[in-house]
Amino acid sequence: MADSWSLGKHTFTSRLLVGTGKYSDFATMQRALNASGAELVTVAVRRLDLSKKGDESLLGWIPKQMTLLPNTAACFTAEEAIRTARLGRELEMGDLVKLEVIGDKRTLFPDVEGLVEAAKVLVKEGFIVLPYTNDDPVTARKLEDVGCPAVMPLGAPIGSGLGIRNPYNLRIIMETVKVPVLVDAGVGTASDAAVAMELGAVGVLMNTAIAEAKDPVLMAEAMREAVSAGRKAFLAGRIPMKLHASASSPMTGLIGS
Amino acid sequence: MQVKLNGEIREVPEDITVAGLLAHLGVKAQRVAVEVNEAVVTKDRYDGHALRAGDSVEIVAFVGGG
Repeated sequence: MADSWSLGKHTFTSRLLVGTGKYSDFATMQRALNASGAELVTVAVRRLDLSKKGDESLLGWIPKQMTLLPNTAACFTAEEAIRTARLGRELEMGDLVKLEVIGDKRTLFPDVEGLVEAAKVLVKEGFIVLPYTNDDPVTARKLEDVGCPAVMPLGAPIGSGLGIRNPYNLRIIMETVKVPVLVDAGVGTASDAAVAMELGAVGVLMNTAIAEAKDPVLMAEAMREAVSAGRKAFLAGRIPMKLHASASSPMTGLIGS
Repeated sequence: MQVKLNGEIREVPEDITVAGLLAHLGVKAQRVAVEVNEAVVTKDRYDGHALRAGDSVEIVAFVGGG
């Protein structure tokens, strides 16, 4: 049986969600997207550069079977995020949005007050809102309460590559909400993605860790395998940690005893 | 008349529609979304929506992002 997960009417089997920013060129991005096996791919909404006529479109390079997840990155108020989400829907004709309301330029930490406010409005307008949030269980519950079908707490600041900084809070979030928890941001390398999945995350969203790796295509493959391995380990159920040894070979029947 | 287009003041023909503006700019309608005075203008209304002097128009597209 396929190990799938759902958002509204959308069902996915891949648990790795990837971004499309920061790639050196579209061809490399396309190869990395294919290697990642992702089904959900984030894109940003920006003013069209009217000075560049016939500029190559990003969309032509995103494999057709992938579902676009427009974001509201760099929005600093609920109002800006709501406007951007509406424009993203008009571009995509879909209902998914990765909601970001940023509260601080240096850390890009979310403004959770604005986030909940924007989520409330967008859910009422029929959006499937995936909120990028702090690793705060209280905010996660508020986002669930206003109708978000998933929450996406950060592992560490966006693009930092610091990994999963607070696994305990992520676990508490997973205990607190019933909706899927996806870890969004902070992943630096494959083991970070595996850790997120082993904690019980439904998925992991990343961009920089792949796009800025020396070999983005190989890193995308590594991330795909790490997410898969972490998921399997979570399902398999890890052993409890013990301070002392527990022998793997029998302690009886030793020669010379 | 003057409108604000992606943050810059531009001179455009009187009563130009959104469809007309996109054609004037050489922009393909299917790859952009348009907002006039902070409200989205859906594609089915491009032909009928005439701009007025002082309107604030945003034309956006998807770019790479995380």
